Amino acid sequence: MAEPVLSVRGLTKRFGALVASEDVSLDLAPGEIHAVIGPNGAGKSTLIGQVCGTIPPDAGTVRLAGRDVTADGAAARARAGLARTFQVSALAMEQTVLQNAVLGAIGAAGRPWRLWRPALSDRDAVATAEAALTRVGLSDHAASRVADLSHGQRRQLEVAVALTLAPKAFVMDEPMAGLGADGSRGMTALLADLKHEAPILLVEHDMDAVFALADRISVLVQGRVIATGTVAEIRANAEVRAAYLGEDA
Amino acid sequence: MSERWVTLAALAALLALPLWALAADEPFTITLATRAAILALAATGLNIALGTGGLVSLGHAAFFGIGGYAMGILASHAQTFAPLSLGPWEVPGTQSMPVIWLVAIAASALAALAIGALSLRTAGVYFIMITLAFGQMFFYFATSWRAYGGEDGLSIWVRNGFPGLNTLVPIQFFGLCFAVLLLAMLLHGRLIRAPFGLALDAARQAPARVLAVGLSPYRLQLAAFVLSGAITGLAGALYADLNRFVSPAMLSWQMSGELIVLVILGGVGRLAGPLIGAGLFVALEHWLGGATEYWHAWLGAILLAIVLFARGGIVGLLTGQGDRRG
Amino acid sequence: MSLILILEQVLNGLQAGVMLFLMAAGLTLIFGVMGLINLAHGSLYMVGAFAAAGVAAATGSFLLALVAALVAAAAAGVVVETVVMRRLYARDHLDQVLATFALILIFSELTRWAFGSFPLYLNPPDWLSGPVTLPGGIRYPVYRLALIGIGLAVGLGLWALTRRTRLGIRIRAGENDREMIAALGVDIGRLYTLVFALGAALAGLAGALVGAIQSVQVGMGEPVLILAFVVIVIGGIGSIRGAFVGALLVGLTDTLGGIFLPELFKLVTDPATATQAGASLSSMSIYILMSLVLIWRPTGLFGAKA
Repeated sequence: MAEPVLSVRGLTKRFGALVASEDVSLDLAPGEIHAVIGPNGAGKSTLIGQVCGTIPPDAGTVRLAGRDVTADGAAARARAGLARTFQVSALAMEQTVLQNAVLGAIGAAGRPWRLWRPALSDRDAVATAEAALTRVGLSDHAASRVADLSHGQRRQLEVAVALTLAPKAFVMDEPMAGLGADGSRGMTALLADLKHEAPILLVEHDMDAVFALADRISVLVQGRVIATGTVAEIRANAEVRAAYLGEDA
Repeated sequence: MSERWVTLAALAALLALPLWALAADEPFTITLATRAAILALAATGLNIALGTGGLVSLGHAAFFGIGGYAMGILASHAQTFAPLSLGPWEVPGTQSMPVIWLVAIAASALAALAIGALSLRTAGVYFIMITLAFGQMFFYFATSWRAYGGEDGLSIWVRNGFPGLNTLVPIQFFGLCFAVLLLAMLLHGRLIRAPFGLALDAARQAPARVLAVGLSPYRLQLAAFVLSGAITGLAGALYADLNRFVSPAMLSWQMSGELIVLVILGGVGRLAGPLIGAGLFVALEHWLGGATEYWHAWLGAILLAIVLFARGGIVGLLTGQGDRRG
Repeated sequence: MSLILILEQVLNGLQAGVMLFLMAAGLTLIFGVMGLINLAHGSLYMVGAFAAAGVAAATGSFLLALVAALVAAAAAGVVVETVVMRRLYARDHLDQVLATFALILIFSELTRWAFGSFPLYLNPPDWLSGPVTLPGGIRYPVYRLALIGIGLAVGLGLWALTRRTRLGIRIRAGENDREMIAALGVDIGRLYTLVFALGAALAGLAGALVGAIQSVQVGMGEPVLILAFVVIVIGGIGSIRGAFVGALLVGLTDTLGGIFLPELFKLVTDPATATQAGASLSSMSIYILMSLVLIWRPTGLFGAKA
């Protein structure tokens, strides 16, 4: 197997008596979608936080493209090529769609300190932003205020902003959340296409999407990875069936 | 009416009033317009932190006062010919505005860096209370600093000079203040559209997003706070020069409150907000203050009405766009 | 510098601290329950002091004056809460700052209009005036000792109120989950008014009690308000216990710093410079304390972690 782009080893996080992550290890190989599923409270959000650098782990390491980024904060990891999307859209609601995407390009280029020339006259940043918007199908809405977008369009914009970072890996937190059937279908097609650009660590509740997209699945239960495998392997795994369906293992 | 026209109209009005007063030989009106321009400058500084950055600083009087004391200290040493001793060095005082301005900007920026670095570790109400507290710290410090007048403050006999101008002529001093205000507003206008402004605005609305694209909201906001403090500090130096007097009153919490009031009266986050707010404030102070000893009560009532019923201030009313905040 | 002087200053610091606690407790309660930052809390302090001074002058009774302070401040609190604050709970902090700043202007001007600009004087009652000799030979004003006692009693009362009564349970529930307790049928509007009135009454009581050792004048509330903010930042927003610990820390630091820093400087420099430098530094001491706490624990000693 090729060298993993993202490699998580032994992540452990406790909040008081609650063990949110216990010795979690997983890899993200080039070109794959690795889905993380698990019942509510399994520790998926805590895992994402530790991978993206917003929650410091008690133990364990995170490596991105072979480099140890465990000590880096969220901003440094983003600059190193880790692009995330949020479960609840985190966008500048009063700005336009294009401005939100340009912000990503500015961040990726590390050039926020310009005080005089307008951001929208930065041709490189605007070109990057427009390409990302086209990719997710939002180019017609570039001038709209984010507050005026539909929920589904905001989910698309989340992905577009992540794209502007030209990332080495994506971490997506429930990109299907709140989407209707059409929206899910569109997002599924988009992710299937995007994984060739950079592999995707996908945390998702929508099992149809997960089974359609995932090359590999890890199942998280009470902070532990109880199984990792292909869709077929996970479907057949007795421990997973027990965790989800309450069947005896 | 578009916001651009409101801004231009407000600037034109501020320019026209003293020109009329010059023709009509009403020097006091020129002084009032100068006061409005300087307060607008101070509030423009605050507006960068408050409006664009979303940082509710209730301690900006600290920077206003530091700018004022920078002028007072330098000019008082110049007028007594006693050098200013900074540890091993002795520096002469000065009556030159450009030098005083640089010192005012540097000193207030430094103070803003220290206060900002500490207060931005928190957010929300903590930030408000902490900035208020640090402002009060400078107030008490100035009160206890007897070498520079303590509670009584410092008087300067002659207004400081600017190369090529006679600053004692009211209209010339007004022109100088107006030019500085114009520059600051231009800077703010450019900054809002520049990458820095975009990122700062995003840090106010969605800090998690800013982090996720590899930027630090803390640094962006700290930079905005320092820039904001520096501009308000420069305004403080001009204000002290206008009155030829500086006292702890410039550092008081009321001053901080009034600066916020100026921004809100006009319209928070709007380019012309501070200017319109300052104009209105000076006009109210002049007329209401002339009509009743208790004009602050009326100011309070107006302010309360604006907060409760006209969010977005005067610019919001004129442009019909209500509130700019999320 | 004698031990007696030091003990006396410690008592002074305690006395200042417990009075600050009365202010800070109300502020932190109002913030904790309603999420409101109330700059006009200092005005309620002033209302209490003026009511007490007015009633004391008219009746000569200090106890009646205290009752008047409590009633007047609580009444002002109820009026302010129902007319203004209610509209601000859902607003952002900037609107709250502005509206309550406007209230300060209105309160101050109305008081100046009613009572004039000259300070009023309120004297402690005869039965609490004069010094008492404490163990160890310290002669200390009875009145100040009484203030310490009242402050501690109020602190204990608040603790019992929030921990042991139905109202307290509702208050704490209100801090945690507004919608839930509204859904459980508690009249949240009345609860808010009650909490606000309680905070106002505490401020008014502090104003009256302190008014008897300082003068009663317009603008007396704001310096205390800002000190109370420092207390809350140190103690942690929403925590009564934090307010208590923070208030004592600030009271002691402020009082002891003013006495000892100049003395400390005299060890290294000439008396005139030492007095000057000590005075300047002691005026900053509580803010330095606040900075240190901020660096160590940004959400205060007893604040919830962000």
